[in-house]
Amino acid sequence: MEKKRSASVHLTALLFILPAFLVYTLYTASSIFRTFQFSLHDWSGFGPVANSANIGFANYVKLFADERFLHAIKNNFLLVVVSIVFQLSTGMILALIINSKNRGTKFFRTIYPMPLLLSTVATGILWLLMFNPYTGLFNGLLRIISPDVRLSWLGSEQVVLFAVMFVICWQYSPQYMILLRAGMTNISAEVYEAAVIDGANKWQQFWKITFPLLSGTLKTSAVLSIVGSLKYFDLIWIMTGGGPNGYSELMATYMYRKAFTEDQMGYASSVASSMIVISLVVIIIVQFMLKQKDNQ
Amino acid sequence: MKKLMDKVGFYGVAGLYLVLFGFPFVITIVMSFKSQMEFLGGNFWGFPSTLFFGNFARVFASNFPRYFANSVFVTALSVTISILAGSLASYAIARLKLKYAPYLLLFFMVGMMIPVHTTLVPIYQLTKAFGLIDSHWGLILPFVNFSLPIAIYIMTSFFREISISIQESAIIDGASPFTIYWKIMLPLSTPAISTVAIYNFLTCWNEFIYSMTLLNTERKKTLPLGIREFFGSETVNIPAVLTAILIASLPIIIFYIFAQEKVVNGLSAGAIKG
Repeated sequence: MEKKRSASVHLTALLFILPAFLVYTLYTASSIFRTFQFSLHDWSGFGPVANSANIGFANYVKLFADERFLHAIKNNFLLVVVSIVFQLSTGMILALIINSKNRGTKFFRTIYPMPLLLSTVATGILWLLMFNPYTGLFNGLLRIISPDVRLSWLGSEQVVLFAVMFVICWQYSPQYMILLRAGMTNISAEVYEAAVIDGANKWQQFWKITFPLLSGTLKTSAVLSIVGSLKYFDLIWIMTGGGPNGYSELMATYMYRKAFTEDQMGYASSVASSMIVISLVVIIIVQFMLKQKDNQ
Repeated sequence: MKKLMDKVGFYGVAGLYLVLFGFPFVITIVMSFKSQMEFLGGNFWGFPSTLFFGNFARVFASNFPRYFANSVFVTALSVTISILAGSLASYAIARLKLKYAPYLLLFFMVGMMIPVHTTLVPIYQLTKAFGLIDSHWGLILPFVNFSLPIAIYIMTSFFREISISIQESAIIDGASPFTIYWKIMLPLSTPAISTVAIYNFLTCWNEFIYSMTLLNTERKKTLPLGIREFFGSETVNIPAVLTAILIASLPIIIFYIFAQEKVVNGLSAGAIKG
C-alpha cells in the first residue's frame, strides 16, 4: 500500500516538474555539454560538427596564448571589482534614501530605477550621444571651461573602458537598491527604537544594525554582481564593439565575434567553456570565503 | 539646527542621484519634441524653441509598430509560460516531499550561476536543427529557459513560507495536488508571481544578444533590434532615434510604476532571507 502511494506521488511530481525540466535540460544543461564538445573541434559553424576535425585541446592551447583573450579576462576582472565596489555601495546609499521616512522618498523610489527599465540598446545609444566628441553633452560641458575640447571618450585606449564601466554601474546600481531595500523592510522597527533609547546615532544604527542584518542580501548581491560582470556583453557591444584595438574587449564580446563574425565556432566554444569554468571557480571561491567569514 | 543640516544633507545627496539617474529621460523627452534642423543647427542639448511632432510621425511610419507588436508577443508568451512551468516545478520541489528536491533545485540554480551567453552557440545550432531560426517561437523557448531559474528560486522559497496546515486540511478534504497548486498555492503567491513577472518581463522585453542571433528578417525583429536598426538608418536624425527609444521604453516604465511595491513585497517575503 505504501509503495503504491509513493509511486503515484512520484508520478504526480514528475508531471509537475516535467515542463520546466524539459525546456531547461534541452537549452541550458545540454548546451553546457555541447559547448565543451564543440570546443574540441576545428569547426567553422557550417555543416555538422561531426564532419569537422577533432583537435583535442588545441583550441585551449591557442586560447591561453591569445593576447586579445588574456586582455579580455583582465578587463572582465577589473569590471568585477569596479562593479562590486561601486554598484553595491551606490545601491546601499540609494536604498537608505528610499527607505528613509523623509518626504519625497516615493518620488525618488520611482525615478531611481529608471536606468534598469531602459533597454540596453537604448542606454547604449543615449550614452553614445553624450560621449560624442562633437555634439556630446560631456564635451559640451567641458567647453564651458575650455572652448577647444575634442576629447574622444570612446576612441581613447586609456579612457574607453572606464567610460563604459561608468555606464554599466549607472545601469545596474538601482538593481542592488531594490534588493537591499527589500532586505531593509525585513528589519523590524523595534530594533531601531531600542537603539535610539540606548542613545545610538544614525551612523551607529547603520553599522551596528542595518549592515549586519543585511549580510545575507549583500552576499546575494555580491554573487549576482560577479556573475553579471563575468558574462557582461550588451553595452560594450553596442557602444564600442570591444574597440579600439581590443581595449574594451570582454570575454563575451570576444566569443561573439569569433562565433558569428569570424566563423570560428569551435574556437568561440573554447572561449565560452573557459567563461563557464572561470565563473564557477570564482563563485565557489567567493562562497567559500563568505562561509569562512561566517564561521569566525 | 542639526536637524536642518541633516535635511539639507539628505536632499542634497538624494537630489544629486535624482539628476544622475533621471536626466537621460528628461533629455529623451525634450529631444523627441525637437526637429532635426534645430538639432543640427547647434541646439544639441537645450530645450526646443517650438514643439515639433514630426519625430513621432516618422517613428510610426517606419517598421516600429511591427517591432513593437513582435516584442509584445514574444515577451507575453515567454513570461506566461515561464511562470506556469516554473510554479509547477517550484510546487513539486517545495511541497511534494521528494528526496531529490534539493538536487533538483541546485540543478536549476546552476542556470543562474553560469554566464547565459556561453550557451549561445549550442542554442543557435539547436534552433537551426528545429528549423526555428527567424521564428518567434525560436526565441520564446530560450527566453522561457532563461526565465526559469530565477522563477523557481523565488517561487520555491515563497511556497515554503506558506503555512502547511492549509495544504493538509485540503488533502483531508480530498483535494488533488493539482487542485492545491491551482486553487490555493497560486492565489496565495501573487507577491512572488508579480516579482517574477516584472523581472522576467524586463529581461525579455530588453533582451538583445539572442534576438540578434536568432532573428534575421525585418518583419520578425523585436524592439531592441529595431531601435538599433533605426539608429543605423537615421544616424543623423538623433531626435527621431530618441523618440523611438521613448516609445519603446514607455510600456515598461508604466508597468513598473504600477507594480513596484509588489516587487519589494515579493522579494522581502521569500527570496532575500538567508
